[in-house]
Amino acid sequence: MAQYQCPDCGYIYNETEGCEREGYAAGTKWEAIPEDFPCPDCFVREKPDFVEVSSS
Amino acid sequence: MSQSHTVNLSGHKMDENKPLNAKDKHWAAVKKYWYLITLIVPVAILMSAGLAYVTGQGAWMWLLATVFWGVIPIVDAFVREDSFNPTAEQEMELQKESAYYKKVLYVATLMNWVGLVAMTYVVVSGTWSWFHIVGAFLSVGALHAIGLTMSHELGHKMNDKTQVLFAQIGSACSGYAHFNIEHNKGHHKDVATPEDPASSKMGENIYKFALRELPGAAKRGWTLEAERLKRQNRPAFSLHNELLQSSLITVVGYTAMTYFFGLAALPFLLVCAAYGWFQLTMANYIEHYGLLRQTLENGRYERCQPHHSWNNNFKASNLLTLHLQRHSDHHAHPTRAYQLLRDYADAPQLPQGYPAMMGLALVPAAWRYVMDERVVDWAKGDMTKVNIDPAKREELFRKFHQEADISEEAKAA
Repeated sequence: MAQYQCPDCGYIYNETEGCEREGYAAGTKWEAIPEDFPCPDCFVREKPDFVEVSSS
Repeated sequence: MSQSHTVNLSGHKMDENKPLNAKDKHWAAVKKYWYLITLIVPVAILMSAGLAYVTGQGAWMWLLATVFWGVIPIVDAFVREDSFNPTAEQEMELQKESAYYKKVLYVATLMNWVGLVAMTYVVVSGTWSWFHIVGAFLSVGALHAIGLTMSHELGHKMNDKTQVLFAQIGSACSGYAHFNIEHNKGHHKDVATPEDPASSKMGENIYKFALRELPGAAKRGWTLEAERLKRQNRPAFSLHNELLQSSLITVVGYTAMTYFFGLAALPFLLVCAAYGWFQLTMANYIEHYGLLRQTLENGRYERCQPHHSWNNNFKASNLLTLHLQRHSDHHAHPTRAYQLLRDYADAPQLPQGYPAMMGLALVPAAWRYVMDERVVDWAKGDMTKVNIDPAKREELFRKFHQEADISEEAKAA
């Protein structure tokens, strides 16, 4: 599963975990996340700004 | 150093090579303990309530208001700049001690509630003159202002449930439930644009701004939370609604005080809460006055840059507001903890700390006398680059715009 990182605060969106508190269920693919999705920690970067990171 | 860390430090403009003298070194070492000044806020309320109750001297209830509006601006005027600006190395040290910095805020948040209870009890149980009650009102207002500043700090740490809980307890103290949601997801996203109800426009006075900000922020907070719950397939009216959770804390607390202390407690609590909101309005008013993010070719606003916030690096008011006055760094990195926030030498500067500037804002003519020139300088005379109140647009262009004449002539020709 791929992971995507916020370039400002370092938050990582992990497809396996999703982001439940913002309403994106575990397993939600990055493609299914809307374009205007803001970083759920800092809210000053959006989906297009996120950087793919290698999953560990 | 990890990649994210490298990115984190981008935009860091301070001069790390500048040598510190012995005095500055000492300050860097003891500053940690000076953050305990946050605890002085509820302690001052408790002391003043206690002294008023015991001595029967209602003037004591003015104590915190006097500290906020009098002592801090005076100390600021003499002590001035804070030399401490954490280097990458100091930042690592500070991060190791982050538990301490959080605990100060947890304790202060709970003590604020105790202070509110004590002051409310003293106000409704004694016979005070209107002058004394105004003192209590202004003091509780200052308590709420600092309480919301702490709630603001904690509420940004969305990935830490304990901090979010204490942020809710803090904003509930002044009944400002929607604050954390709307601030993070709304204000930080739209800051320094005409669409943001929490960014003031040049020419817009504080009272007009309040009428736009207070309802605008409440509406945005509710909408954002309802959208989040909808994505979770939950109804907006549920116990999962964080806005309703905080409101519930307020309702329980205020009802209990009204029940035990008498009906007079309720109007006092509500009027103080409303004034607490207005104190936050004052903070919002001065933080981005007139500053505007430019629109990019793709139609989106440019990212919020350090030059989109007003800063002040005075020592006393920065300690009291948890470095909120290092506002550019806060907007560049909203999750950065207060003890790590840095001063940007070339960011827009306010001439005084927040308390003094808030006082100035209450007198619109004085505010505009001090600030309008600064906004014009910031925009280098190009008023098309300013976030302007449409009602004042013509007047301000005529007065300040340096290219207006040429374009007007071209249009006429």
